[in-house]
Amino acid sequence: MRLFFGSCFTLALAAAIGLGATWVTLTRGVAFGSLTIGAWTAWPKSGSVDIDPYARATIARSGELPVGVGDGVAFYAHTDDSGNVLDGRCTFVVSGTTPAARYWTLTLYDAHGRLVANTLNRHNFTSAEIVRETDGRFSISIGPHARAGNWLPSGGVEQFVLAWRLYDTPIGVTSLTAKEGPMPAIVRKGCT
Amino acid sequence: MKRLPLWILGAVLLGGIVHLSTVLAMPQMATQDAYSRLALITPVNAVVQLAAPTAKDAVMPFMDPAFAVAVCRYDLSTGALKLSAPLSQAYTSVTFYTRNSVAYYAINDRAAGRRAIELDLMTPEQHAQLPEEEDVTAADRLIIESPTRRGLIVLRALAPEPGLMAMARRALAGAQCRIEAAPPQR
Repeated sequence: MRLFFGSCFTLALAAAIGLGATWVTLTRGVAFGSLTIGAWTAWPKSGSVDIDPYARATIARSGELPVGVGDGVAFYAHTDDSGNVLDGRCTFVVSGTTPAARYWTLTLYDAHGRLVANTLNRHNFTSAEIVRETDGRFSISIGPHARAGNWLPSGGVEQFVLAWRLYDTPIGVTSLTAKEGPMPAIVRKGCT
Repeated sequence: MKRLPLWILGAVLLGGIVHLSTVLAMPQMATQDAYSRLALITPVNAVVQLAAPTAKDAVMPFMDPAFAVAVCRYDLSTGALKLSAPLSQAYTSVTFYTRNSVAYYAINDRAAGRRAIELDLMTPEQHAQLPEEEDVTAADRLIIESPTRRGLIVLRALAPEPGLMAMARRALAGAQCRIEAAPPQR
C-alpha cells in the first residue's frame, strides 16, 4: 500500500515538475547562445541549423519564423537599460548608433508579438526614414503621446517589446561584442 | 516517511525526463507553428503574397511590417523545385525553413549578385541522382539541399518607407516556384 501511494506521489510530482519546467522555459523564451548588448538580446543561432531544442520548441509554439543568419539578426528588448519594464504608459527614448548594417528596422509589438493599434498606423521605423542628427546619431521617442521628430506610438499598452532587426550586416554576429556592435540605449523619461 | 526524500529524488529525475521529452517533442506536436498556419492559406509549390500584418490580424507573430512577404510552401515528393525571385530596388532576401521552422539557408540580393535570385531546391537524394554532366553545367546554378521534403521558402522585399510598399509587392509578384520535372503520367 505504501509502495502504491509512494508511486502515485512520485509520478504526480514528476509530471508537475516536468511539465512546469517546460511551460516556464517556453513562455520565458529560454535559449542558449544568446547575445546581450545593453537591453538588447539576440539569438543568432535561432536563424540557423544550430538552433537549440529550447529555441526550436519556443518557435514551434509561438508560430513565428526566425530571421535566417544569411539575412540578418534580430535583437529584442523587454526592458530599458535600467531594467524597467517597457510600459506603454511611459515615455522611453531610444538613442545612439547601431552596428553597421545595410538596413535596419525597429518595430514595436505587444507582449504576444502583435502590432499595437494607434491612430497614425505607425508600428516601426526603418533606417531609411529616420530623422538623424548631423553626426549620424538618432533619437526615437516611444510613448503614448505625440512627440516632435521620430515618434513611435506605444498605444498605452501595459507592456511592449521592441525588435531591432539588422539586415545584411557585415559583422560576424556570432562573435559580435558590445564594443564592435554598440546598440542604442533605452532610457525611461517619465510616466503619465 | 523515512523514504520520502527518496520518492522526491525519483520524482525530480523523472520530472527531468518528462521536461526534456516534452521540449524535444514540441516541434512535432505544435499545431500553431508557422507551417501549420500557412498551410491553411497557401497552396503547395506556388508563390503567394501574405497580407501585411496589422494590429488586428497577422499571419504570424513578430512579422516585420517594413517588408512585403511572399511564401512558397513546398513539397519535393514529386521532384526538385525551381525558384526565381526578381530583386526589388531596396533589399530582397530569401530564407528557407524546414517543416519545423528551422532556417537552414538564407540568401540576400547582394549575395545573389544578379538581377534575380535563381536556385534549385532538392532533397539530398534528388541531388545525388542528378546526372553528372548536368552538375558540371550547373556550375553557375545554385543548388540548395532541403533537409526535409516539405518546408517553406519565405521571400522578403523591404519597403524602406511606407510609400515604397507597392514597389516591394510588385517585385515579389514576379517570383515563381515550381516543380521542375513533371511527375510520371499515370
